[in-house]
Amino acid sequence: MTETGAGRDNKGQAWAARLSRNRWLLGASVLAVLAVYFFAGVSVYVLVLALAALAAAAMLPTDAGRQPADAGAAIEASGLQRLSGEYLAAAVADPLIIFDHSATIVHANAAAFAAFGGLAPGMSLSLKFRAPEMQALLDGILSGQVAADAVDYTEKLPVERTYRVSASTVGHATGLYVLVFKDQSETRRIDRMRADFIANASHELRTPLASIAGFIETLRGPARNDAAARDQFLQIMQNQTGRMARLIDDLLSLSRWEMKPYLGPGTEVDLRQTIDSVIDSLGPLAGENGVIIEREFANGPLVVPGDRDELFQVFENLLENACKYGQSGGRVTVSIAGSEDGQQPGFDVTIRDYGPGIAEEHIPRITERFYRVDVESSRTQKGTGLGLSIVKHILTRHNARLSIKSEVGKGAAFTVHLPAR
Amino acid sequence: MQSVHIVSAYDEELKYLSKRIAAMGGHAERMVEQAVAALVNVDHGLAQKVIQDDLVLDEGQREIDDKAIIIIARRQPMATDLREIVGAIRISADIERVGDLGKNVAKRVASVDGRQPNSLFRGIEALANLALTQLKEVLDVYASRSVERIGLVRDRDDQIDAMYTSLFRELLTYMMEDPRNITPCTHLLFCAKNIERIGDHATNIAETIYYIVTGEQMPADRPKGDKTDKIVLPGTVPAK
Ligand SMILES: Nc1ncnc2c1ncn2[C@@H]1O[C@H](COP(=O)(O)OP(=O)(O)O)[C@@H](O)[C@H]1O
Ligand SMILES: [Mg+2]
Repeated sequence: MTETGAGRDNKGQAWAARLSRNRWLLGASVLAVLAVYFFAGVSVYVLVLALAALAAAAMLPTDAGRQPADAGAAIEASGLQRLSGEYLAAAVADPLIIFDHSATIVHANAAAFAAFGGLAPGMSLSLKFRAPEMQALLDGILSGQVAADAVDYTEKLPVERTYRVSASTVGHATGLYVLVFKDQSETRRIDRMRADFIANASHELRTPLASIAGFIETLRGPARNDAAARDQFLQIMQNQTGRMARLIDDLLSLSRWEMKPYLGPGTEVDLRQTIDSVIDSLGPLAGENGVIIEREFANGPLVVPGDRDELFQVFENLLENACKYGQSGGRVTVSIAGSEDGQQPGFDVTIRDYGPGIAEEHIPRITERFYRVDVESSRTQKGTGLGLSIVKHILTRHNARLSIKSEVGKGAAFTVHLPAR
Repeated sequence: MQSVHIVSAYDEELKYLSKRIAAMGGHAERMVEQAVAALVNVDHGLAQKVIQDDLVLDEGQREIDDKAIIIIARRQPMATDLREIVGAIRISADIERVGDLGKNVAKRVASVDGRQPNSLFRGIEALANLALTQLKEVLDVYASRSVERIGLVRDRDDQIDAMYTSLFRELLTYMMEDPRNITPCTHLLFCAKNIERIGDHATNIAETIYYIVTGEQMPADRPKGDKTDKIVLPGTVPAK
């Protein structure tokens, strides 16, 4: 059930592995404890003892530990009091939702809120999880046909994620049930990466490979003794291998962003600092292209929830495009401003160039993989056609939006709307 | 006066309606997803499955209609409840149409051989992602009743129109390049149109939800529509 990788032979790791193998049991038992907290009145020490006992039980070899019903009963019998059920649910790292006989949400932990937008206590689970397999899971458990069940559930949008979802009753006759979502996206990622690679890379890599093969043939045959041609061909071959390497890098980073689970809650990004360092890192490219980068940052703190490395890549890709494709404009402006626009207060980061711009019909499409307005200019600029797809994926994970405005001949403006918390 | 017992049975009936709507919605979302996957991967088996699955939605809509009429007749609901029930009838009709559109896409898989340029399939996939996101957001609003989120749904409508217009143009270009492309590209064009229509039904559902929750019609905002009637490719004469 969990990824017990090879080479875990030292003691601590073995325990950790066992713990993780038994985490379902642990989760179920913790929930039993939780139910007791809700429905009986007991003291905190007993709870601490019970939890310690659970942890110990989870450390036992798997077979000995597989007695969920007994463990639950024992704890319930001793009774508990004044424990925050929310703390317990919060201690479970996987999304966890407790619901009642009518599939109404009673409690959802922070991981569940982070994973599934728009959850609220009182909401009906069967309205929120509409996929046929989830409906069947909920119907089965609520009708009392089974006490516990599990299905694989894939959410395609906004970001593809696959879960092993298990549902079970909580304690004895509490009228409560629990869903726990174990994220399996990482495990699926390898499969997906292989499929993606075949679908995208094989096609894109074929052209540079064919050209390298052609030059090798020429170098061994007609150009064997032509020093000038040899140098020129080797240069072209080097460009081609560079291109292949960039393509592989971009594909891997796209797969990584696509398959990474939702953002962990709590991390924050200082936009001012992040964007300053993006501008610094692209200084040489801008200089080479004769582009001046201007800043227009709003005053005050410019902080949003998010992952710094990911947002760094977003602004780097956008600014790089502006310097490359908007080169003829001679300058690029980067602005950060507060946005009160509509329902989502936050910050707008706009990267504007004064180059040729993008024709209207291409704008909706340029975030698609490998979509290039002009294949030749993308190639000479060392592009892969993946930069904006990476941007889009990262922004989706951040609940952010990208809007593109352009007038042909006057330049292009890419605006990222980042919601504040 | 109704007894407490009867009122709660009535609540159960209303809950049942919305639960069936959600299940139909989930089914339709899955059908569209699989229809597009079948098209992009030229998977005839999956296409057949989608075509079969459409029966479930037809059945679902009939059931909701029947149940809703029985509730209206027996309970004579007022105001909010009546809107809820009439809304259910309307939403299930829109979902059933979404299923039909998914089925239509699946039916065309047989006529597309997958030899068309990759970028077309990626474009159709991207269009479908927009439409499915819109549908998901709308059905999520049905679950949460947070109608203030409906504005976002409308933004998507514009994006879908823009994407459709761009695909339309690309398809026309391929047809003009080589007459042999005309047949498969026409099928793809219909697929794109079907997917774009799914977005329209999602918007209808959003309007119905707004009405259920607020009792008012959703304020109209701007003229709808794609711009494909104005597209003229270089070298062609605009139709008069
Ligand atoms: N600022 C810009 N001005 C004009 N065209 C742009 C701009 N940014 C992106 N593009 C167009 O969008 C395409 C896709 O960009 P991207 O995904 O970053 O891929 P790449 O730069 O690797 O080609 C580019 O090939 C280019 O045609
Ligand atoms: Mg780029």
